[in-house]
Amino acid sequence: MIRFEQVSVRYDGTDRPTLSGVDLAVPEGELVLLVGPSGVGKSTLLGTVSGLVPHFTGGVLSGRVTVGGRDTRTHKPRELADLVGTVGQDPLAHFVTDTVEDELAYGMESLGLAPDVMRRRVEETLDLLGLAELRDRPIATLSGGQQQRVAIGSVLTPHPKVLVLDEPTSALDPAAAEEVLAVLQRLVHDLGTTVLMAEHRLERVVQYADQVVLLPAPGAAPVMGAPAEIMAVSPVRPPVAELGLLAGWDPLPLSVRDARRGAGELRERLASASPPGSPVSAGVSVVPAPMSGGPRPGRLARLLGRTKAAETPGPADPISRVESLGVRRGRIEALRRVTLTVAPGETVALMGRNGAGKSTLLGALVGMVEPTSGSVRVGGLAPARTDPRAMIRRVGLVPQEPRDLLYADTVAAECAAADRDAGAAEGTCRALVTELLPGVEDGTHPRDLSEGQRLALALALVLTARPPLLLLDEPTRGLDYAAKGRLVGVLRSLAAEGHAIVLATHDVELAAELAHRVVILADGEVVADGPTGRVVVSSPAFAPQTAKILTPQEWLTVSQVRAALEAGA
Amino acid sequence: MTSAPGTARLLRRALHAPEAGRSNALPAGAWWLWALGLATAASRTTNPLLLGLLVGVAGYVVAARRTDAPWARSYGAFIKLGLFVVALRLVFSVFLGSQIPGSHTVFTLPEVPMPDWAQGVRIGGRVTAEQLVFSLYDGMKLATLLICVGAANSLANPARLLKSLPGALYEVGVAVVVAMTFAPNMVADVVRLRTARRLRGRLTGGVKAVAQIGLPVLEGALERSVAVAASMDARGYGRTAQVPPAVRHTTNVLTLGGLLGVCAGTYGLLAAQGAVYGLPVLLAGLVAAMAGLRLGGRRSVRTRYRPDRWGVRAWLVAGSGAVVAAAMIWAGSLDPEALHPGVVPLTAPVLPLWPAAAVLVGLAPALVAPVPPTALGLEEHDHRGKEQA
Repeated sequence: MIRFEQVSVRYDGTDRPTLSGVDLAVPEGELVLLVGPSGVGKSTLLGTVSGLVPHFTGGVLSGRVTVGGRDTRTHKPRELADLVGTVGQDPLAHFVTDTVEDELAYGMESLGLAPDVMRRRVEETLDLLGLAELRDRPIATLSGGQQQRVAIGSVLTPHPKVLVLDEPTSALDPAAAEEVLAVLQRLVHDLGTTVLMAEHRLERVVQYADQVVLLPAPGAAPVMGAPAEIMAVSPVRPPVAELGLLAGWDPLPLSVRDARRGAGELRERLASASPPGSPVSAGVSVVPAPMSGGPRPGRLARLLGRTKAAETPGPADPISRVESLGVRRGRIEALRRVTLTVAPGETVALMGRNGAGKSTLLGALVGMVEPTSGSVRVGGLAPARTDPRAMIRRVGLVPQEPRDLLYADTVAAECAAADRDAGAAEGTCRALVTELLPGVEDGTHPRDLSEGQRLALALALVLTARPPLLLLDEPTRGLDYAAKGRLVGVLRSLAAEGHAIVLATHDVELAAELAHRVVILADGEVVADGPTGRVVVSSPAFAPQTAKILTPQEWLTVSQVRAALEAGA
Repeated sequence: MTSAPGTARLLRRALHAPEAGRSNALPAGAWWLWALGLATAASRTTNPLLLGLLVGVAGYVVAARRTDAPWARSYGAFIKLGLFVVALRLVFSVFLGSQIPGSHTVFTLPEVPMPDWAQGVRIGGRVTAEQLVFSLYDGMKLATLLICVGAANSLANPARLLKSLPGALYEVGVAVVVAMTFAPNMVADVVRLRTARRLRGRLTGGVKAVAQIGLPVLEGALERSVAVAASMDARGYGRTAQVPPAVRHTTNVLTLGGLLGVCAGTYGLLAAQGAVYGLPVLLAGLVAAMAGLRLGGRRSVRTRYRPDRWGVRAWLVAGSGAVVAAAMIWAGSLDPEALHPGVVPLTAPVLPLWPAAAVLVGLAPALVAPVPPTALGLEEHDHRGKEQA
């Protein structure tokens, strides 16, 4: 269906091609997954299929890409619109109209389909994607998962033979991601659509793929093959494959179900070892004992937090205490009676579906959101009423879009500004940047950094003021496994130094790696609060793959299992 | 069976406005015609009672039929703008004097002596009741016009209005729609970046804050526009069909000629003496422009998904506006005194019965237009509450 013949792409002003030697054929009706570390040209490869590369982005494409027999060099994107449907990374940037129904019809209107055909297809697509209830809603009022489904629906209505998706589930909570993947599978199975998609969160998608294309390094030729074979050699792989490699399973399992079938023997080997109560990290020693060891810390932690403040003010005194916090926005109650204490050295993961109030809670902790009722205390101060200059020494937030923190046009200028803002000694921030982000030069423009590098820079800026409480909003969005691994390392050592960390995330694997405690929010209320193992293992949506495979034993991450096996051996 | 009560029931059922949905939504054009009808009526009178009645009619219809949509909240802003216009008109009149001769002096301001070359310009001086009343009437007329436009703006989805443009103008329409969605996005960006400044320990208010985030906001807007353009391109925006050159040239001539005709005709209608040739020129221009646009639409391969239909209700809404306008124009030619109450000498305005009754026809949309769902929900709720009570 899609043929790449000796394709290479080079953008202006770069010394080496972004893609080279791509020689592939994607057969009709298959779901093909494109994997590889950040910056290897996955988005560029996807762009060549819809013709946006090079017609829209510029650059030079050599070789030939044909889609359904049409050469993309001679066909502009608009002339491929009836054949290829493309959804980019950000669904919001995709929408042209303002309501769901109009958006679904937009592509067909451009192609000039007859009104009765359009009407029929819109109705069919509304049903196929479960959007019928939302047909008249303004798109801006939809949740992330709904928006992603509308974006997919809007390219489905012209009945394209090929669907190209760039990270369709990265911004979604686990349940919404499954919704989207179920739809994709249905398209492949029922309609015979060819799907080519890139995704970092392999644990979510690899089991659905018919074939996997691996781009191992920038400019390197891609490798295509069956998912299990490719996962065995890929530098990026989901925990289930990691565990399979560790245990030496053959063939490599790709889904939790496959892995569970072969996991009996591994469970026996692990039976003698006991899983640690919270993630293995240097930070554990700093965590106050009651927090990590209590049987029902949900209530206990709160209780202890309260009594402790009254009795023994000391190093374990909570850095932040939130009591029956309520936040209203217009008529919407974003948070209701939320109570949460965070102790030094503790890492707390806030989870819950899109729109559950995670970001609002972080905003309240840092003072961007004024509480409507209840109280928020960070380092003894009310964040919303305190001068921001005083506040940054107590709490720092890395927002969902780290770019929001960056104003200057070089890394050096950002660092100098951060030192000034924080009143820190000159060079403090630069030292942090060097530590977190080795090899970045002073003159680099922040916009030229990769997603992961930008996150590290924003983290360094925030850490310049040495806040004891560090908040991160959705830090792993768009990060590959390597960048995620580095982030985990950095956050662990920060926790070990006594920083309290609160992260809002959809990434269950990250929460399993890092968090001592997981707090689940739903509809603005806390519905679960306890040690990671206890909260996530029992939940089908929030359990990491390792836990799902090895239940009833409470192993959370592959690294825990590896450590236990090594200790045993 | 077909007794009088039966027909009455049928009639009542037909009159009872249905819940608004995609399929029975009134075309935006109908609302605009209705509002322009009221505005035309307002432009024909300075009688404060009639103007007040027009504002009341527009306000009632807005209250009865507007939705929860963002644009629907603009009505309040237009009312404030109207009051501002009235106040401004009065202030100018007080300080700059007026041509209206008057004998009832209200108060006298110190007059600024003007040099010879500025003869005829007066600053300060005597302020008469006649002059104040005259400017009040005049300001009210302007304010009513504005409020009528505001009513249309809050009742009709602006994006839908642009969608009903002829095919040839479609691309312009899309550009405007995209631009309109950009403004709120940019505002959201400014708010987000301003709060993000807090995270760097900087103050969130002040000119400096806005200046510093200006560049990132513009960058963001630019990036977003590039992304939307890519998405539109990939979804077939701008696919065109081949048309012969002759058709293209005819299109241009018709469109340009037609627009000139529309301009000349409108001028004629608005000017005091050109009413005779104004209307025919305007109509001819309109026809030519329409033909040009229609022909131009051949270049575009686009089709329309569920365009708003001009049904009976749309005709009633648009027609009620036209009736108000026509009645006021007719009344103006019949009895100009009633529509322009005397200022010199001062007389109390009288409500002319028949024009006032005609203005009330403008309430028709509040009966026949489909009811927006939320309003309906509330009404039904009330109704049920009453039934239970």
